[in-house]
Amino acid sequence: MLTATNLTIRIGQSAILSAVDFQARAGAITAIVGPNGSGKTTLLRALTGEIAAEGEISLNGTRLAGTRPARLAAIRAVLPQATPLAFPFLVGEVVRLGLTAGLSAHDPNVAAQALAAVGLTGFANRFYQQLSGGEQQRVQLARVMAQVWVPLGPDGPRWLFLDEPVASLDIGHQLMVMNIARGYADAGGGVVAVMHDLNLTAMFADSVALLSEGRILGTGKPADILTDTLLSRAYRCTLRVNTPPAQGTFILPHSATAA
Amino acid sequence: MVALPFLHDSAICSGNRAPRARKLFVVLVLGVLGISVLALGTGASGVAVGELILNLLRGADVALRDRVVLIDIRLPRLAMGLLVGAALAVSGALMQGLFRNPLADPGLVGVGAGAGLGAVLAIVLGGLLPVGVARLIGLHLVPFAAFLGGWGATILLYALASRQGRTSVATMLLAGIALGALAGAATGILIYLADDRQLRDMTFWGMGSLGGASWQKIAVAAPLILPVLVLSPMLARGLNLLALGEAAALHAGVEVERIKTLTILSVAAATGAAVAIAGGIGFIGIVVPHLLRLAVGPDHRFLLPNAALLGAILLVGADVIARLVVVPAELPIGIVTAVLGAPVFLYILLRSRGVLDL
Repeated sequence: MLTATNLTIRIGQSAILSAVDFQARAGAITAIVGPNGSGKTTLLRALTGEIAAEGEISLNGTRLAGTRPARLAAIRAVLPQATPLAFPFLVGEVVRLGLTAGLSAHDPNVAAQALAAVGLTGFANRFYQQLSGGEQQRVQLARVMAQVWVPLGPDGPRWLFLDEPVASLDIGHQLMVMNIARGYADAGGGVVAVMHDLNLTAMFADSVALLSEGRILGTGKPADILTDTLLSRAYRCTLRVNTPPAQGTFILPHSATAA
Repeated sequence: MVALPFLHDSAICSGNRAPRARKLFVVLVLGVLGISVLALGTGASGVAVGELILNLLRGADVALRDRVVLIDIRLPRLAMGLLVGAALAVSGALMQGLFRNPLADPGLVGVGAGAGLGAVLAIVLGGLLPVGVARLIGLHLVPFAAFLGGWGATILLYALASRQGRTSVATMLLAGIALGALAGAATGILIYLADDRQLRDMTFWGMGSLGGASWQKIAVAAPLILPVLVLSPMLARGLNLLALGEAAALHAGVEVERIKTLTILSVAAATGAAVAIAGGIGFIGIVVPHLLRLAVGPDHRFLLPNAALLGAILLVGADVIARLVVVPAELPIGIVTAVLGAPVFLYILLRSRGVLDL
């Protein structure tokens, strides 16, 4: 269980987040959605302990403040939006970096399995810098998964925090990544993801928190939160849910079937 | 470290250069032994070293002159070359890991300039010291001042870049360049004040030399350099994860601030001591880690020990060359490292441009 109570984060005079309550449970995908600048990434940073916030955050019953980074790293991994790498590492070496941070380092097969899971089998010997942005993002997902490879450990669930995990991916790979998240949650792990794509959110999330101007507009099941009223208010334009256009082409990820 | 040295190279297929790095470690250890034998056997006096060592071990009588050449001149010079070369290369690798930039070097962030200022201060104004102090420090005034200068610059730099317990690496890099310029200006003023003999001393100090090697100097520098060489691999995992950025390193369990502090203190100690006893020797700190990254990858667990060995080999090798080209005199070693290092560095840079993101 991830619980955050009464989170407030100020930068100078202005509050980026005001009195935010947020919960996520293991075994589910919890999405954080909202317009640009609404505080989604700031909330994720607070939840991962990267920035300090007023209020209380606890993960698996452990208070975040004052917990050593190594202990947190054993139970949760964080996928950033983009990860530029300083030195010429091989893809296999990047994934193993994640392995050294977690509890599965003794297992020699995890790196290869993680790469296979993100569809990059055979990439282990390539230089990370030579990959496309989307491929790099999937390598990072493999690294992060390797860190918390076992979704449900003897000490409790492990967690994946994903900051816009599908932002730089094509629709096929978006579905692949969301299915990985689904599988992780179904195996007992927790997934918290900042999402821009409302369709994928509707398809995959078990719970949604809608942010606007640093406040929570609503939390609950996708069908209860992704409504005309709430979305129109949050995104400041008139939106209608479940309304196909009268004409023109549209493609929804829902229509995809496994290849 | 030396365990499993000769694993088959097929491990590379799984994107893992660790076996190759271990193999290289063994090769480099042999290289250090080889260059040491060569360095002991090379010099202006023409002593037959092999025979001499055998005789010494057997306890047979040895000419006093031969004994002095080996024990008091060539051995300390070799030891100093190994120490300084290893210190410079490891400092470079640590600094580059910390700044996540392959061109970072202690010289760049003001440590070298601070040490240089200290040395020049001692050369020009050393005569003004009270007699008691001067007698106490004696011949070690210049190295001592250089060490203080290097440390002072590092501490100042760290204080400038830290705010509320957090250290900004970008600020440190930029402040280092500013501090370096300031130290350079102060050095310039001293050069303006100096007389001819002092100018000559300064110039030679700036080019670096292993010529003044003595067991005394080694006794001063080794306690600062050896712990860094031996303990720096403990920073390796943190530096590896730091390559992903500070936030990602934190999420992977790295105590980022601690790694930064330990790294900068290690660099200050090792570079300060090396520059203090050997003067300004360039290129080792940039060329060695760069070569190793190209050969076996940037993993600091292997980069740091391998850099120590390759740095030692290159510096002692350069010293052998410096002693051979103008026998019976010798070239300042900084000239040799620059003449050999710069073209090699440029060649690597041009060859790999566009292939590997530097």
